[in-house]
Amino acid sequence: MGATGTNTETFVELIRRASTELPADVAEALEEGRKGEEDGGLAGIALNTILENVKLARDISAPICQDTGTPVVWIHHPVGVSTRALKTEFETAVREATKRKFLRPNAVNTLTGSNTGDGAGRGIPFVHFEEWDEPRIEVRMILKGGGSENVGTQYKLPDTKLGAGRDLEGVRRAVLDAVFQGQGKGCAPGVLGVCVGGDRVSAFEHSKRQLLRPLKDTNPVPELAELEDRLLREGNELGIGPMGFGGKTTLLGVKIGVLDRLPACYFVTVTYMCWADRKAGVSIDERGEVTWLS
Amino acid sequence: MAELKLPVSEETVRKLKVGDFVELTGRMITGRDAAHTWLMKEYREDVAPFMKDSVIYHCGPVVSANDDGSYDFVAAGPTTSIREEPYQADVIGRYGLRGVIGKGGMGAKTLAGLAEHGAVYLHAVGGAAQVLARAIPRVERVFMLEEFGVPEALWVIEVDRFPVMVTMDSHGGSLHDQVEEHSQAKLRELLGFSV
Repeated sequence: MGATGTNTETFVELIRRASTELPADVAEALEEGRKGEEDGGLAGIALNTILENVKLARDISAPICQDTGTPVVWIHHPVGVSTRALKTEFETAVREATKRKFLRPNAVNTLTGSNTGDGAGRGIPFVHFEEWDEPRIEVRMILKGGGSENVGTQYKLPDTKLGAGRDLEGVRRAVLDAVFQGQGKGCAPGVLGVCVGGDRVSAFEHSKRQLLRPLKDTNPVPELAELEDRLLREGNELGIGPMGFGGKTTLLGVKIGVLDRLPACYFVTVTYMCWADRKAGVSIDERGEVTWLS
Repeated sequence: MAELKLPVSEETVRKLKVGDFVELTGRMITGRDAAHTWLMKEYREDVAPFMKDSVIYHCGPVVSANDDGSYDFVAAGPTTSIREEPYQADVIGRYGLRGVIGKGGMGAKTLAGLAEHGAVYLHAVGGAAQVLARAIPRVERVFMLEEFGVPEALWVIEVDRFPVMVTMDSHGGSLHDQVEEHSQAKLRELLGFSV
């Protein structure tokens, strides 16, 4: 792994990649959506603009979206690594990336309303650490925009109005309602990260972690795999479309994870990720060698 | 597609209908959350001429400051408009705006304000920060930069063929209402509720 103080530049590059280069799986899903929409309709125009924007951002290495979001980061590390040092390095990288315009100064003092000006603040970036047996450090990050974050929501089941009980059919009903409530406001077509179970702390984190999964992967739990496919299909049938203009492309993916719960609680937690589904990863081995992850 | 020059007359704006795709050229101003409360707290004489017969863009850009004191927009897509719902209709009326650019649409109060004052809601493609920044060749000046910070400041900008869709017009039409109604019917069907 890189010695303390040597990872900052790698983290800046990680942020640059996330902010300016949309992952291939997301770009492909947008292309597929484009093919399904009528030429000249608002949905088609919106997707054309999005695809043009994705290319332009990559070509000139500038942010895909001006809301460069909250960096939400998961770091796996070997025994004996200082997580405090890694966190400091990541915060330094956020400030540097903000200076280089890969990030917008995006941290606002909630009490005074003033912007910290350098991209970092209390709780921003949000970094999770987990120790593992491997000798390398693996960093995975999403940039989570604010507009779509406002669309995220949490249901507690049972929900009488939705006819949603404490089972996967109840989960289905809650998630479909979340897609309807969100309309185009989270910059559709979006990706849903869903957590079933957990509590009000763990569930939102776990729902965001689902966004690291490739869009085309298959959930190892068969009934969840089936539910993911069904929700993707039914979510698109709602006809909300890109930007909420109406159309066939409302969702690009649905990813569901599960946590255990207390007997009294059954939460369905939905994180809405905009079409600018920015994620990036890097592995740093014990010699400091850097490998970029797709 | 139609090209629309700013400033624009009420007569021209009233011809626009939901579903129209237009490209804007001319001068406009950005303003989001802090700006809207500030614009309503008292009448801002110095900013008013940049709003009359023009449009306000709900945008918190990434901006680079040049050595000569000028600025460039590096990334400049729309932000969610509904947060300005409590103020927007009044801001339109008070400053004589002919339009609002944002994303996600707005509510009943704004829709009524558009009809009353002769203005439209123009939807830019959310997240398309580079395509839209490219349509902003020049930053003319900025208000409240120190106080509000870069994303919340009011930036006076020149736009060149800036692409937007009319999703709320001055005749009570709202694409957002239509899509919501349609998707609600579909949701009820999927949940097995009587439609």
